[in-house]
Amino acid sequence: MAISLLTPEFIIERNDARCIRCQVCVRQCANLAHIYDQEEDRVLADDSKCVNCHRCVTLCPTRAITIRKNPLEFKENASWTATAIREIYKQAETGGILLTGMGNDKPYPIYWDRMLINASQVTNPSIDPLREPMELKTFLGRKPEMLKVENGKLKEKLPPQLELEVPIMFSAMSFGSISFNACQALAMAASELGIMYNTGEGGLHKNLRKYGKNTIVQVASGRFGVDPEYLNAGAAIEIKIGQGAKPGIGGHLPGEKVTAQISQTRMIPLGSDAISPAPHHDIYSIEDLRQLIFSLKEATDYRKPVAVKIAAVHNVAAICSGIARAGADIIVIDGFRGGTGAAPLRIRDNVGIPIEFALAAVDTRLRQEGIRNQVSLVCAGGIRNSSDVIKAIALGADAVYIGQAALIAMGCHMCQKCYTGKCNWGIATQDPNLVKRLNPEIAARRLVNLIKAWAHEMKEMLGGMGINAIESLRGNRFMLRGIGLTSRELDILGIKAAGE
Amino acid sequence: MLLREGNIRIPAGCAISGIMNKKGLLFSGDDIVKSIALMHERSNGLGGGFAAYGIYPEYKDLYAFHVFYHHSGAKEDTETFLKKHFDIKLSGEIPTRKVPSIKDVPIIWRYFVLPREDKLMEWGLAEEEFVVRCVMRINSNIDGAFVVSSGKNMGVFKGVGYPEDIGEFYMLDTYKAYIWTAHGRFPTNTPGWWGGAHPFTLLDWSVVHNGEISSYDANRRWIEMFGYKCTLQTDTEVITYIFDLLIRRHGLPLDIVVTALAAPLWDEIQRMDDERQELVKAIRAVYGSALINGPFSIILACKNGILALNDRIKLRPMVAATKGDFVFVASEESAIRAVCPQPDRVWAPMGGEPVIALLEGVEDIWP
Repeated sequence: MAISLLTPEFIIERNDARCIRCQVCVRQCANLAHIYDQEEDRVLADDSKCVNCHRCVTLCPTRAITIRKNPLEFKENASWTATAIREIYKQAETGGILLTGMGNDKPYPIYWDRMLINASQVTNPSIDPLREPMELKTFLGRKPEMLKVENGKLKEKLPPQLELEVPIMFSAMSFGSISFNACQALAMAASELGIMYNTGEGGLHKNLRKYGKNTIVQVASGRFGVDPEYLNAGAAIEIKIGQGAKPGIGGHLPGEKVTAQISQTRMIPLGSDAISPAPHHDIYSIEDLRQLIFSLKEATDYRKPVAVKIAAVHNVAAICSGIARAGADIIVIDGFRGGTGAAPLRIRDNVGIPIEFALAAVDTRLRQEGIRNQVSLVCAGGIRNSSDVIKAIALGADAVYIGQAALIAMGCHMCQKCYTGKCNWGIATQDPNLVKRLNPEIAARRLVNLIKAWAHEMKEMLGGMGINAIESLRGNRFMLRGIGLTSRELDILGIKAAGE
Repeated sequence: MLLREGNIRIPAGCAISGIMNKKGLLFSGDDIVKSIALMHERSNGLGGGFAAYGIYPEYKDLYAFHVFYHHSGAKEDTETFLKKHFDIKLSGEIPTRKVPSIKDVPIIWRYFVLPREDKLMEWGLAEEEFVVRCVMRINSNIDGAFVVSSGKNMGVFKGVGYPEDIGEFYMLDTYKAYIWTAHGRFPTNTPGWWGGAHPFTLLDWSVVHNGEISSYDANRRWIEMFGYKCTLQTDTEVITYIFDLLIRRHGLPLDIVVTALAAPLWDEIQRMDDERQELVKAIRAVYGSALINGPFSIILACKNGILALNDRIKLRPMVAATKGDFVFVASEESAIRAVCPQPDRVWAPMGGEPVIALLEGVEDIWP
């Protein structure tokens, strides 16, 4: 076999004076980047295997290790960058599709960072969340256009609603794409926080059924793990049509990851590839979607809200209007920066549109049609912090999903190698030796901390705006101003420029 | 160039006052002018106005349109429109007095009208809805024309100036009503447009409001889904439409409407019994976008009575009092004592706690 033309992306630097030869790095690296040479009593490195996940750096007791970007330069070329050249080498060597993990990392504009939030001065008071109540409770589900009240009583009960203490949920991440311990941590945290986590299309492990009240069960094109018991086990059902990281294509869990547990949970043979088709083969049009929505409602006795998740694509506003009219109770839009366990690189980096535009366009369209009030809108894909959440809600979202942020809270270092199954942090792997590195209790605690911290920050920002209930921020675009945006972009976002 | 109200959102602080006789006894505008005049410091001369109910008993079945015209062309266009859609029973200029501080006075006209039967048939609308649409059409389509009020047996008198001068200008001492409400405005900047003064009205509804709500755009974008057009970009306008939608169109009882606009806090809701909790939860879930957030005190008036309401954490002052059949509400207690030195009862309502005064024999504020 010919020599690889690929040079290492990172170099491992070891301060030999600090290294005590404990070999923690050797044992911790699933990529086998660290090698102990017994004869020389030295720890060596194979830079080419390093993915820069920081596992060894974090665990090295003497802080002897640093990982650097390989400073090796190609001849400068604005068109043929190092990345472009390396991608060609990879494909020339393998003949395959380039794979990657996590969300789009290209320097597209991040519109969250081009919107600024308002605060009260003089003409109305800001509200101090330490002294005044500040309410984040949010209901997701279909709302009637009006209430009917007779003799002080509700004449008709509301359709089923999800009651969230904080308008943040954990995105769909399947058992398979992430480890059982990671799933359990998400479930425990959601249950402690009074929010929801989502099974993804991996089915629901029997040990996690007790978290049903805080679970959204997903029905995707592969229908893995779906039966009546599964549908009734959660608080809501989500039909996944598409995903922001890979709009228009399906998923593939390789057979080697289909362990006994996964095989049971997904209801597929041990070691068989789990392939989700690109479309649902029973949904080729909007009226088919309506049939699936109502089949699921029938199967659950109309006691669970049904969400439909799509990737943010060019015609997203019209599609969402159709989904609302097809009977969905919640619409989830996943932007092109949304994460994934595995996606073809070209798709991840080039298909779909920014969530900020998609969200604004959908909210505007549903309002123009007078149906925004009937359906809840959840925004996903690239929410990084509490101010992103505030901006999303001001643009028109009822709540947001976070995936990558939740993984990072559990210990993910965004090396983007989820698809290799060698996650050193025990998150995106099924290797029992790696999985046990993730302690579900500790990971759950970190998730709870993160959401609580964001909730505190959101309350501060709300109070600053003179608002004490999150529903008064929903679609309140007056609270946003754009910076560095063209007037066309401002129009689409439906906001004014800073200074206006 | 300064933009006119409607093209820009202008924050404003204010004074409000309201007096009602629950037996429907008519009394002159002297007291309301005296009451609002006492709060002179709460306005800055850039807007004042009054709403009066019961002033046109001889035409009580006709819609009374008070209209501002900024040029005679607007008057011609509007009258052409009115003639096409209404039978005009009577019309004429609203009498005024010369007051030195009141300047840039528009043409102020009054019409007593009934919708034309053929037009009602053609549009397929109930009378009230027809009137609402016509008013919205004039206000948004005819440049230089603004319908100030359009209810029956009521009218609004407003303009640019201190409220006491506006009262003098419109000769309110010569009118008699059983409900009077008043507003003195303290806008942070305004080119001084007469239409931008308050009260704001729709049909019989009139609203005077003190505050600057922080939920404005959430409220606006929600109410516009129901066919309302927020052309003035003021809090008062959006609040009036929310009342109209919830009370008139959704037929909700007033206590439910109050629960939507100034919702109880969740920890309070948690302490309610199960049935009440289910109801209030449903109100907050369905009418969350009608929650008015941020500081406000408002007086909503209509032919049946008044509702005074503070925001749920009482960020604006509001005091109420009673004396015999009279009910008083004002931004400051002094404004009540100025016209009623010895009330039977004076109290400061809690945040979100409504003060409701209805005419004797009337069951709810609508219809």
